[in-house]
Amino acid sequence: MTTEDLHELAEKETDRQRQLRDRILYCAAAGCVSCGSHATRDAIKKALKERNLEKEVEVLGTGCMGLCGEGPLVKISSDGSVYERVDEETGRRIVEEHLCEGRKVGAHLIDTSQPFFSSQQKIVLEHCGKINAESIDEYIAAGGYGALARVVTEMQPQDVIEEIRKSGLRGRGGAGYPTGLKWGIVRKAKSEQKYAVCNADEGDPGAFMDRSVLEGDPHRILEGMAIAGYAVGANQGYIYIRAEYPLAIERLKLAIKQAERLGLLGNRIFESDFNFRIDLRIGAGAFVCGEETALLRSIQGRRGRPRPRPPYPSEVGLWGMPTLINNVETYANVAPIINRGSAWFAGIGTPKSTGTKVFALAGAIRNTGLIEVPMGIPLRNIIFDIGGGTPEGTEFKAAQTGGPSGGCIPAEHLDLPVDYESLATVGSIMGSGGLIVMDSTSNMVEVAKYFMDFCMDESCGKCIPCRVGTVHIYGLLDTISRGKGTTDDLALLEELCVMVKETSLCGLGQSASNPVLSTLKFFRHEYTDLLSKPESFVPSVSPDPASAGPADGPAANDGHDSTTHA
Amino acid sequence: MAILTLTIDGEQLSANDDETLLEIARQHDIAIPTLCHLEGLSDVGSCRLCLVEIEGSQKLFPACTTRAQEGMVVRTKTERLQRNRRMIIELLASEGNHQCAVCVVNNHCELQNLAYEVGLTHTRYPYLYPKKRLDASHPDFIIDRNRCVLCTRCVRVCHEVEGAHVWDIAQRGIHCEIISDMDQPWGTSPSCTSCGKCVLVCPTGALIAKGENVAEMEKKTDFLKYIVTARVKREWINTDGEE
Repeated sequence: MTTEDLHELAEKETDRQRQLRDRILYCAAAGCVSCGSHATRDAIKKALKERNLEKEVEVLGTGCMGLCGEGPLVKISSDGSVYERVDEETGRRIVEEHLCEGRKVGAHLIDTSQPFFSSQQKIVLEHCGKINAESIDEYIAAGGYGALARVVTEMQPQDVIEEIRKSGLRGRGGAGYPTGLKWGIVRKAKSEQKYAVCNADEGDPGAFMDRSVLEGDPHRILEGMAIAGYAVGANQGYIYIRAEYPLAIERLKLAIKQAERLGLLGNRIFESDFNFRIDLRIGAGAFVCGEETALLRSIQGRRGRPRPRPPYPSEVGLWGMPTLINNVETYANVAPIINRGSAWFAGIGTPKSTGTKVFALAGAIRNTGLIEVPMGIPLRNIIFDIGGGTPEGTEFKAAQTGGPSGGCIPAEHLDLPVDYESLATVGSIMGSGGLIVMDSTSNMVEVAKYFMDFCMDESCGKCIPCRVGTVHIYGLLDTISRGKGTTDDLALLEELCVMVKETSLCGLGQSASNPVLSTLKFFRHEYTDLLSKPESFVPSVSPDPASAGPADGPAANDGHDSTTHA
Repeated sequence: MAILTLTIDGEQLSANDDETLLEIARQHDIAIPTLCHLEGLSDVGSCRLCLVEIEGSQKLFPACTTRAQEGMVVRTKTERLQRNRRMIIELLASEGNHQCAVCVVNNHCELQNLAYEVGLTHTRYPYLYPKKRLDASHPDFIIDRNRCVLCTRCVRVCHEVEGAHVWDIAQRGIHCEIISDMDQPWGTSPSCTSCGKCVLVCPTGALIAKGENVAEMEKKTDFLKYIVTARVKREWINTDGEE
């Protein structure tokens, strides 16, 4: 495979597509598949066959089209019409009316000029919903592997790292560590053997960004990893993906096979002396394996437990060798930066948080689904313009970012720009991109309890604060939520949350109390309202029984809870 | 190797740059409580008792795995640290079924000593009263998981020093427990050499010798130092050997 061969392949595929009369794209991501997009596909194919159109019109499964709540989604390539809730009958009608008679099926047509579509800026998701997720030819026709070709044949590893550094790309896994800096550290580490690892162990409740990218554009990740491998001097890559994503695993396996067959992975890539292989490692379902040191142990076939850092994996990683670990979305940004230059990327977003961020919108919001927006966009725009606001008759209460490690952002902070620094100022984090919207029906103590239950269950049990502390935090939350808690319990809860945050070994424990602390910060009254009201203190020997009323009983409550004694 | 100077609790000290804060502090009689650490075994930083403050950072650092740096200013006994240490012991006390009065190592127990040290008189959290298994199938020893604090010293000594790797951890979170081989009775373990090292390094009464009565057993961990010193070349020891 040479660069010329790659161009030739791209042209061949573009020609093939041009000769078709039309292409019907259906969403083949996990969300739409689960609501029946395969049946829709079969119905469309059958309808095409009945009209002898199956040679002229191609039906293909793409990655996530975004509006997951309205699936299955179908798109007509020629005029860009998108249909929602396409069941078998609607699929047949689309072929009949739209393709044959040129009449759009009004009832299911989505208005693509609405902010959900027009306010987004797609870099990571640029191919999702546009190309066949299982075809390497279509990826190449869309410019795929061009960045790898350029990097391997024209650039020095140091220049690649410099380009990534200048772009300002930061780790999309949540912590936001500068990617170029990390690559530079691994490059400089002295070792015969280095590794590049992709963290696809996306485990936050309500988050499905990485899954969508892997299902919709798997080659983008392979290309990004190969570029990273070239830059840091690694010849072996691992994708650590959770077993709960069978479709993504299937597509990745296929993609690796396709890339190997074309010589885009393996030995002597683009006839250079650069070799790079990628293998999959399937996670066994532990949330903590998303923590990098636990993830590395798990790849080595050992128990997924974190270890203290330093040393960081960039110095001591897989089998003791320097190892680069990046998130799926981080790798997905690599090829566009190489193709279009770091200056272009740095121009998007804010100066400190460049580029775009993919969010998975879930919860009490009209447009549930996958979106990509430039960094620094106000939270209000994401929720009310793109997301369409909360369902009718309810009021926005809080947005939860960062999953069990993040915090709740209340209505008064809706104008907060969404970037790494701003979210930290209100006690939340960017996280990997899960965004759960809560309306006035949500009980914040229950929200905190839900996340603590999650952390308690997912704690690996290595360090004492996380292993035992989360159990007691959950117990205290449970007591309070059942109306049995006292002010002492609340004080104990806060003290324990701070202690678990300060002393836990890894990120899971250190951030486990964030949902409690942030709901306490913004919705403290919901906790205090639930506290059990102590009996009014009535002095046993009262000089005047008539005056022991509730109105002036200062001795009873020392100024605490003075309003609750009715 | 470079020599450097640092300050611990206001005292200026010299150290080698490959030494941990805990090693330096102990050389100079600065007491830092520990539970999972044991000289001669690899450090895992899991008990969080040895956390210290380092000037310039809001974070706390485990003294057992943090290496000294030139000019470091370390504090080991601030109010915040003491409060956290007391709460860690408090959590441990509520987690297991620790009944000192009927324990074989009563008065010789590291957990008990730590509780005295941090001034723990009672726990404010409800006791979890877990149902834990006791295994007396081994001819010489007993493992009573009710008294286990999951420090993994037994796991490490068996793997790193004895080379048998009988012990490991099963389950996760609050359900974690020490198991022998494929979670089978200790007495049936084909890999156990009955060397007894795990019993000696166990800080509590979780691993005990048969035939000892209440408050009779004293554990000695000095042997480790001799074994480890006796090994001139240590390269083959897998120090990343926990679990």
